[in-house]
Amino acid sequence: MNQLLNIDMTMVDWARAQFALTAIYHWLFVPLTLGLAVVMGIMETQYYRTGSEFWKQTAKFWQRLFGINFAMGVATGIILEFEFGTNWSNYSYLVGDIFGAPLAIEGIVAFFMESTFVAVMFFGWNKVSKGFHLASTWLTGLGATISAWWILVANSWMQHPVGQTFNPETVRNEMTSFADVALSPVAVDKFVHTVLSAWVLGAVFVVGVSSWYLLKKRHTEFATKSLRLGAVFGLISSALIMLSGHHSAYTVAQTQPMKLAAMEALYKGGTDQPLTIIAGINPFAQPDYEATDEPPLKLAVPYALSFLATNDMNGYVPGIRDILDGYTKPDGTIEPSLDEKIQLGQQAITALQDYRKAKKEGTSEETINCQLSIINSGMPYFGYGYVKDRAQVVPYIPVCFYAFRVMVGGGCLFILLFILILAPIRGRWRGTLHWVALFCIPVAYIVSEAGWLVAEFGRQPWTIQDMLPTWVGVSELGASAVMITFLLFLILFTTLLAVEISIMCKTIKKGPEL
Amino acid sequence: MNTIHRIWNFYYDGFRSMTLGRTLWAVILVKLFIIFFVLKLFFFPNYIKEHAEKGNEAEFVSQKLAP
Repeated sequence: MNQLLNIDMTMVDWARAQFALTAIYHWLFVPLTLGLAVVMGIMETQYYRTGSEFWKQTAKFWQRLFGINFAMGVATGIILEFEFGTNWSNYSYLVGDIFGAPLAIEGIVAFFMESTFVAVMFFGWNKVSKGFHLASTWLTGLGATISAWWILVANSWMQHPVGQTFNPETVRNEMTSFADVALSPVAVDKFVHTVLSAWVLGAVFVVGVSSWYLLKKRHTEFATKSLRLGAVFGLISSALIMLSGHHSAYTVAQTQPMKLAAMEALYKGGTDQPLTIIAGINPFAQPDYEATDEPPLKLAVPYALSFLATNDMNGYVPGIRDILDGYTKPDGTIEPSLDEKIQLGQQAITALQDYRKAKKEGTSEETINCQLSIINSGMPYFGYGYVKDRAQVVPYIPVCFYAFRVMVGGGCLFILLFILILAPIRGRWRGTLHWVALFCIPVAYIVSEAGWLVAEFGRQPWTIQDMLPTWVGVSELGASAVMITFLLFLILFTTLLAVEISIMCKTIKKGPEL
Repeated sequence: MNTIHRIWNFYYDGFRSMTLGRTLWAVILVKLFIIFFVLKLFFFPNYIKEHAEKGNEAEFVSQKLAP
């Protein structure tokens, strides 16, 4: 009997929406923690070097804002783990052995490292030596960054499953190489790019808040020095993020070509591909990628996509139709068509059932080994066995396309902002620039979330790339149950956000104790 | 013993002299209560534990994956 037919599709949508809501809200808190950690570390280092009371109070002020954000964000990510067990039980069971290790390490590191050093950072002024306090401040930031590493390792494994083998006895993927999982190229790229994006957000926040003080003509020296430090830090982070962005695009092209094709609305690929700056894509409907070769009103930079995806101006980049129909890679290897992948996936799914039946019935070793061999060869395409038509494996192009442009466009805007902040601009224009900097704080959050949308929408429909689609990963629950918890989360997180903004604004209005 | 006493005093004085920290701890505690004692207990059961027989989880999931 096809158990999957019992699953209401709206359950999948609600479970996805709930996970997205939780992750988006969680990600509102995380990047500022990572970004401010470096800023306050630099400021306290200045205090350590100069002994100046000014830098001490400056560091303390930003640490206070860090503390508010840290307190609001702490434990919000745990809810994602609850959702795995309830809404995504099939997925959770299949990946448990691999997900467990990085998430457990994250929990231990987060708890012991962050909680120990956060306490020293807040309670230790004048109680521990300056050097020990400074070390605690940096280690608080390092702890948060290491936590991010393990979470991103878990996420990266879903995007690029490596270092595991599927065990048909236990019906689980089991880790064969911890190093492959922890240091996969996707994990490394994702970590570097994500942390740098958090640094940029932290820099925009510091620049924006400092601009507010300058507009109000309060704490001028504090604001001017924080503004310059934030802008320099932001500019350096932005330069690094451009490099990591290029490398991430290269890795995505190698591991998730459909995501890149959706981000670029590249329907028909080829060599010498241009990078689309903007095109006329209807944000509310999936474009007809089967009948058209490219979106209308396309404005593009020649050869740039080929360079981004292959490090070669003339490199071959497959489009959506190429990926569906199968294509030959530049190294001569052939990427199977969707139909071939579906066939391999279906064979693996049937072989899994036959293997388990044969084991139960005590059939000959030869039959069992034969089924095992079919499972192993078809496992990389296991998820395709559940695919019924071509449209199911194409992500929603408008979200991927526009979110990517918001992310890159926002990044360029911030580079311009940091340059102008550091430029010798005076008078009326300086005031306008400070207003722009203040306005950029919410923009930075939108840009940061857009990056998450690109990564997660782009890998649809896979919970585990090519191995498990969303509609197979979910639990057989009613949509109403998930809808209720979705609304509960919406209330809980919105309340938390409102409380955070309120406390932040009060603390900022109060200002540093200078 | 002296070290333990100093660590105790460090945390004791730190918590006692908190100002903004009191509000933040209140928020954290309310949040943790909601997450672990409301959401986890009443809304987020472990689906497989509840529906599969103990020791039979692999068979349960394998049936869900059936073609």
